[in-house]
Amino acid sequence: MFYIFCPYCDEHREEEEFHPKGQAHLSRPADPDACTDEEWGNFIYFRDNPRGIHHEIWVHAIGCRKFFNVTRDTQSYEILESYRMGSAPRITQLTDKQQS
Amino acid sequence: MQKYSGFGLLRHALTYHENWQRVWRNPKPKKKYDVIIVGGGGHGLATAYYLAKVHNITNVAVVEKGYLGGGNTARNTTIVRSNYLWDEAALLYEHAMKLWEGLSQELNYNLMFSQRGVLNLGHTLQDMRDIHRRVSANRLNGIDSEALDTQGVQEIVPIMDCSANRRYPVLGASWQPRAGVARHDAVAWGFARAADAMGVDLIQQCEVADILTEDGAAIGVETKQHGAIYGDRIGCVVAGNSGVLAKMAGFQLPIESHPLQALVSEPIRPILDTVVMSNHVHGYISQSDKGDLVIGAGIDGYNGYGQRGSYPTVEHTLQAIVEMFPIFSRVRMNRQWGGIVDTCPDACPIISDTPVENLFFNCGWGTGGFKATPGSGHVFANTLATGRPNELAKPFSMFRFHNGALIDEHGAAGVAH
Repeated sequence: MFYIFCPYCDEHREEEEFHPKGQAHLSRPADPDACTDEEWGNFIYFRDNPRGIHHEIWVHAIGCRKFFNVTRDTQSYEILESYRMGSAPRITQLTDKQQS
Repeated sequence: MQKYSGFGLLRHALTYHENWQRVWRNPKPKKKYDVIIVGGGGHGLATAYYLAKVHNITNVAVVEKGYLGGGNTARNTTIVRSNYLWDEAALLYEHAMKLWEGLSQELNYNLMFSQRGVLNLGHTLQDMRDIHRRVSANRLNGIDSEALDTQGVQEIVPIMDCSANRRYPVLGASWQPRAGVARHDAVAWGFARAADAMGVDLIQQCEVADILTEDGAAIGVETKQHGAIYGDRIGCVVAGNSGVLAKMAGFQLPIESHPLQALVSEPIRPILDTVVMSNHVHGYISQSDKGDLVIGAGIDGYNGYGQRGSYPTVEHTLQAIVEMFPIFSRVRMNRQWGGIVDTCPDACPIISDTPVENLFFNCGWGTGGFKATPGSGHVFANTLATGRPNELAKPFSMFRFHNGALIDEHGAAGVAH
């Protein structure tokens, strides 16, 4: 069971209140009409799917209903930070301690 | 290869079963192979077997980081069926189903393949319309499939609560009599034994650290334990870790890895002689020969490689089972585990060439790969032998996510696997 910090409610809540929504920081192509099929397909379907640090979107579905970002280790499942939409993650790689 | 038979069992009993031949060798890898298969699960071993048997290519290595059949092959709920909606998927899974029938004899290994039938329940009018459509599509593709009403379901599974006053009443089901279950580990072991006997090297505890490329073509793999192993063609069949291997080769896949959990109950007396799946309340259940109820449901929604999931998912799974079978409400659960499934956006697999020449991927089977094991191996072996996608595999190219020719089985095929 994850215990997730919602940066809008400023509280830790149980996983059941949230839904994961996949990889974060994907930006929609500025001019979609000018995209090739390959560029558009990559934006819609292709994902990093890393084993390790993952920046992902969660929604506080039965709370404030706001979307926010989480940095989580997909192997240990440890949640490293929660941060608001529009801001950048502070943690982008695992420290030696977390890796061991 | 020592042939297994009832008589042999009797003969070995006389020597206290101390003289059984080892089931497969444990060879040191050669420097160079015709084909290297990364991943020694059911699909990878089946690929190796059909490469040797159908295409006469025996200079093959299967490289496995753990032990054979220790990933999702060991963790699934063993259901085998082929009642998919779309032609492309239905033909692929039916191809597998035809191989299942007779596979125990072919491999001389008891896969305990039991065609006890699979029910996909409908709980709403829309469910029933979808079922009628899918059953009709199946029949046009020559797949045995019937639509049943509540009465028909109750006759097959007398212990299910089919009364009209349930929260989710059973309005009917699709029924595939040829579907059923198989002993999952035996599938991996049977393929491994037969492939090994034809000269395939099964190299366990050998983890791939990198894919070696030269001028945009794959030439081998760098392993942690045995250094570089070279191969003319490389096939990756690594389920949840597909994204990791694709990254080594320098591209992305339209795949996300999720935990999928399953659980078994304490063993109880025979009570359920078929497989019941429900998309709507989302759970599926069968009873193993040992007597445990084998139960599964949906994935955990987040990406993960940890081979475990969250407790709420287990709870939702059991809620679904108890909704269908109030009689099981006091059965205790014995064990619970998770595997990492490689889910594709259209819930269909990827059997494909890649942006890297001589490198092929067989992945994206998501929550329902076990049923396809022999068929997947058969078509992927053909792809690896010829360097071109097999007829059945052609629609499953990874480039369908660029050209838009998706095969949308999500929800369409009673896809609660």
